[in-house]
Amino acid sequence: KMARDLSFRVAVLFSFLFFGFINFVCCNNERRVGDALETDFSGLSVPLEHSFELDDTAKFVVRGTLLLKTGREPSVALSQNPLSEEDRVKLKEVAEVDGLYRIRVPRVSLQADRQTEWQVDGYLTAFVRACAMVESHLSDVITLHTDVSGYLIGVSIVTIPGACRGTKVEDEVDLEVFNTTLSIMAPVNAPGPETSLFLERMEQETEKKGKNPQEQKSFFAKYWYLILGGAIFLMVSNSAQPPAGGGREQS
Amino acid sequence: AMAKLILLLLNWIFLCCNVAAVFEDQVGKFDWRQQYVGKVRFSHFDSHMQSSKKVLLASESNVFAALNTRTGELFWRHVDKTGPEGNIDALLQHGQDAVLVIGNGHLLRSWDIGVGGMNWEMVLDPGSFRSACLVGHQGAVKHLAVLKKTVISLHYLSNGHQKWVENLPESETVDFQAVYSGGNGEVYALGVVPNSHLAIVVYSLEDGEITKQVSVEAPWLSSIPASCSVISRGLLTCVDSTTMSLYTLDLHLQLEMTQIPLQTLGLDVDPGFRPSLVSHQPNPAHPPLSEFLLQLGPEHHLLLQHNDGQIVTLRDYKPALLASFATAGEKTVVAVMAPKNKTTVMNDAINLFSAETGRRLLETTLIFTVDPNGGKPEKLHVQAFLKKDDSVGYRVMVQTEDHTLTFIQQPGRVMWTREEALSDVVTMEMVDLPLTGAQAELEGEFGKKADGLMSMVMKRLSSQLIMLQAWIAHLWKLFYDARKPRSQVKNDVSIENLSRDEFNLQKMMVLVTASGKLFGIDSKTGDILWKHYLENIPLNAAFKLMVQRTTAHFPHPPQCTLLIKDKDTGLATLHVFNPIFGRRSQVTPPALPQPILQSLLLPLMDQDYAKVLLLVDDQYKVSAFPSTKNVLQQLQETASSIFFYLADSGQGRLSGYRLRTDLSTEQVWEVVIPTETQKIVSIKGKRSNEHVHSQGRVMGDRSVLYKYLNPNLLAVVTESTDLHQERSFIGILLIDGVTGRIIHEAVQRKARGPVHVVHSENWVVYEYWSTKSRRNEFSVIELYEGMDLYNSTVFSSLDRPHAPQVLQQSYIFPSSISTMEATLTEKGITSRHLLVGLPSGGILSLPKMFLDPRRPEVISEQSREENLIPYAPELIIRTEWFINYNQTVSRVRGIYTAPSGLESTCLVVAYGLDIYHTRVYPSKQFDVLKDDYDYMLISSVLFALFFATMISKRLAEVKLLNRAWR
Repeated sequence: KMARDLSFRVAVLFSFLFFGFINFVCCNNERRVGDALETDFSGLSVPLEHSFELDDTAKFVVRGTLLLKTGREPSVALSQNPLSEEDRVKLKEVAEVDGLYRIRVPRVSLQADRQTEWQVDGYLTAFVRACAMVESHLSDVITLHTDVSGYLIGVSIVTIPGACRGTKVEDEVDLEVFNTTLSIMAPVNAPGPETSLFLERMEQETEKKGKNPQEQKSFFAKYWYLILGGAIFLMVSNSAQPPAGGGREQS
Repeated sequence: AMAKLILLLLNWIFLCCNVAAVFEDQVGKFDWRQQYVGKVRFSHFDSHMQSSKKVLLASESNVFAALNTRTGELFWRHVDKTGPEGNIDALLQHGQDAVLVIGNGHLLRSWDIGVGGMNWEMVLDPGSFRSACLVGHQGAVKHLAVLKKTVISLHYLSNGHQKWVENLPESETVDFQAVYSGGNGEVYALGVVPNSHLAIVVYSLEDGEITKQVSVEAPWLSSIPASCSVISRGLLTCVDSTTMSLYTLDLHLQLEMTQIPLQTLGLDVDPGFRPSLVSHQPNPAHPPLSEFLLQLGPEHHLLLQHNDGQIVTLRDYKPALLASFATAGEKTVVAVMAPKNKTTVMNDAINLFSAETGRRLLETTLIFTVDPNGGKPEKLHVQAFLKKDDSVGYRVMVQTEDHTLTFIQQPGRVMWTREEALSDVVTMEMVDLPLTGAQAELEGEFGKKADGLMSMVMKRLSSQLIMLQAWIAHLWKLFYDARKPRSQVKNDVSIENLSRDEFNLQKMMVLVTASGKLFGIDSKTGDILWKHYLENIPLNAAFKLMVQRTTAHFPHPPQCTLLIKDKDTGLATLHVFNPIFGRRSQVTPPALPQPILQSLLLPLMDQDYAKVLLLVDDQYKVSAFPSTKNVLQQLQETASSIFFYLADSGQGRLSGYRLRTDLSTEQVWEVVIPTETQKIVSIKGKRSNEHVHSQGRVMGDRSVLYKYLNPNLLAVVTESTDLHQERSFIGILLIDGVTGRIIHEAVQRKARGPVHVVHSENWVVYEYWSTKSRRNEFSVIELYEGMDLYNSTVFSSLDRPHAPQVLQQSYIFPSSISTMEATLTEKGITSRHLLVGLPSGGILSLPKMFLDPRRPEVISEQSREENLIPYAPELIIRTEWFINYNQTVSRVRGIYTAPSGLESTCLVVAYGLDIYHTRVYPSKQFDVLKDDYDYMLISSVLFALFFATMISKRLAEVKLLNRAWR
């Protein structure tokens, strides 16, 4: 009963994530939510953390929560809170000294039988230049990569546009809300040699040839009568010539 | 359908492929091959004929060969399987036959040493091999005995058939280690229960019946081959260092060993040295000699004799590095190598002594000059022969630590040397040769500080004069050589007259071998120009050779750096040398107290034009070499753009780091591949000296498809830990080495390694074994940016947000492969070929055109316009594609490609057991006139036209004049 109650609450809470309840969810997350989620979302939620410091040391704080749907076709959703005033200032300062904006996610498995509470056995990290983050107005593309067994193996972040042109972002509002495109990628199956298609094509070609046997006939098969006629004509004219020549001699 | 398929393919090949074979008269013109044997384990001089000039060698590389003792060239060579399967356990020679025991006693093979043909082969009963010997009886040798862990068997020498096989008694407790026969119709199997007793079992030669079985107390004995030997008429003699004694046991009579303390003979073992015994049995049908050699220290040998139950010292050799028996006719001699005198360590003197008396034979001194760039002598192989006056003459083959064989004749003339270390090349580089003195003079002019107009003019004039002088000398030489017959004109290549040729086709090959010996080889002729042996190389060392400064920066000498890393401890040392002369550089490399994780050569240069080498230690601290102030300053300026990656295949971890201004590092990205399912087997980046000429490909509709040319891209190949044929797979990850972004991730299901990868331009080609179809397959991945380029001026991994398009296609390949590499040319205009080393010894030059994922399944007008070959699942090997025609390269392990000065030409070196060098022209020689180009015709036509215009002009003038008069 207790669990059911809690899961309901969590479900409600998740819908309010954009309104600043993230902290609570996260705290909850680390304690109990894992098993509660299992029943409801058939997935797990892991924190997405980021770090941007003036001295480039990594001090990761929670940026949002990734909701990973496990199973055959994994999908991912992200809920994140806007940057605070303090963070916006810091991000701009970091951008000015060409510091890095780093993110990290814990290594988890999306496999159905391992979807219980995740243990921290390391993180996957990636970075972009902080200036790119600022100049793109927090428009980033985050991709999570899994291996064949559904284990997260890497994360990547790029901003669009990706370049740092030194344009100043004056309006603080532009740096408030993340405009994140999120995707999860499993490895694609590399193709093997395409023998069946090739053979099919070959057969089609032979069939096509089979249909109009005219084409298949060789040169001699097609024009044998002409050749024969020509040959006979030549022979005849050859044998006819000497008497004709002789006749001319006589005359 | 298959026939149709092949026909169609053939058709296409004829249509679109260039022929790149050599003509008969071009054989050996641009290519050479050197064949090796490997480190010699056993050797026998063929002595059954007086005039024979053969030496048989069996090597640790599982090669059995016969060399010509006059020239050092191979008569014949048999290369067996690598690894323990083909391991040569024993070599026994009798008369015209040589018998090998192979693969831990699995096979018995007999070879005819005259022609190198096989007489017979026998598969032996299972069991690990211990020992083998020839068995003679009544003066004739007709059998051989093979001792294994549990059985002993006797075979006929003539056909290998088994005469008898017997189980060894008590083989569970007794470790049988040696077999001996003295020619009296008995075979002795000697075993030991370590630190307890010695077991002797005597078999009758006729039927294998045990005639005698005794056990003798020997608590000090642990290994028979290491400390015992049979001398005289069945007298087992052992030496033991703990009790400082010799032990003797008459195998026929005694049941107890006789102890003879070495002190009673007035002898002493060097502290810490394990003494050893060498006996000599010239003929297996007769008992061994009663003289034997005893080594008591690294430089202390003794010739002892057993005489009437007494051991007497015939001669004490001190100092003596090596000693060895040899027999000629009825005479047996001892050859002893001793340092000539202590002041000049460079020479060793070898002398002959009569084995019977220990007296030195007159006029038998032979001087062996120790190569200062070689190793110490390790083994002495002596070929003794009887001269006309019945005295003994001899030649020796000295084997040194660096696997070199030197064959010397009296009084010290080196007849030949073989550098067997070259059979195990680990890595190599090709370095441009320096300019000639005159050219360098001219170049140097620009490098020097200007000091006034007048002196500059003078300098220029003088250098021009020198060039003129050199040119005239060259012309004179040409004229002089032209008068001589062609065979006599031999270009003597020596380090002094090495210089770059017109098209930079001749280069210096710098080879690093596993033994730690470095070689400099002239790529044109294959001559070894310098060698340098590095001592104290750990057995499992990994080598990385880097060219820090090329020859382009006169007067600074070129500089190569070899990083030698112990794979176990990670500790590394640097060897800095001049690649043209092989000499150690004056620059002192930094000491590296910490294990090294990664090394990278930056494109940054110090003020002396040496590229900066960064070394990352296990504390993730970076040290630079050279580390001058200038370098450190440059590093500080560019630190934020220096990224590198580390890979830990044990944990499946790939991580990226960025350099900080204080030369510490910070981790910026991390990708972890779980080791439970797959392991990283190889990571391939692109070659730094690769140029790509065209940014895109022109399509059939005249639009351009731009290539994704990321210089930081890494191709990571993984193999599944599950090897079941249904579940095994190969993973291909393309990762940006700067940002850690996974560009592409693919799995090849039902596939298994070994995977061979080539990564170049915008493509990755890999080869694997398909477990489903049981065949080898090639797959190619190509990356394209699309129809428009994101930023055409410069590529930055940090600013390339869009993922590239990935195209992939796979093909069937009819052979397994050993290694693979892509051709490389100066500007990258020439089309690329893949050079594939096949296990058969062929090197195949496979056009990349056939490995193109855009090959269409259905032919369209556009694909025809683009010259794409229609897709066919099978890649067919055409014999014209073999670049090494009949010059088989055994066990090819690596192929190295280097650009030449000609855009059309790529230099290729294939190395393995053999070394093969050639040139390839992937797009034919479009920038070179053919050999048979008709200069005469062209020039005569030119002249004719010239005169015709002159004459017609004159005629026209005359005509005009005439008309004007009219």
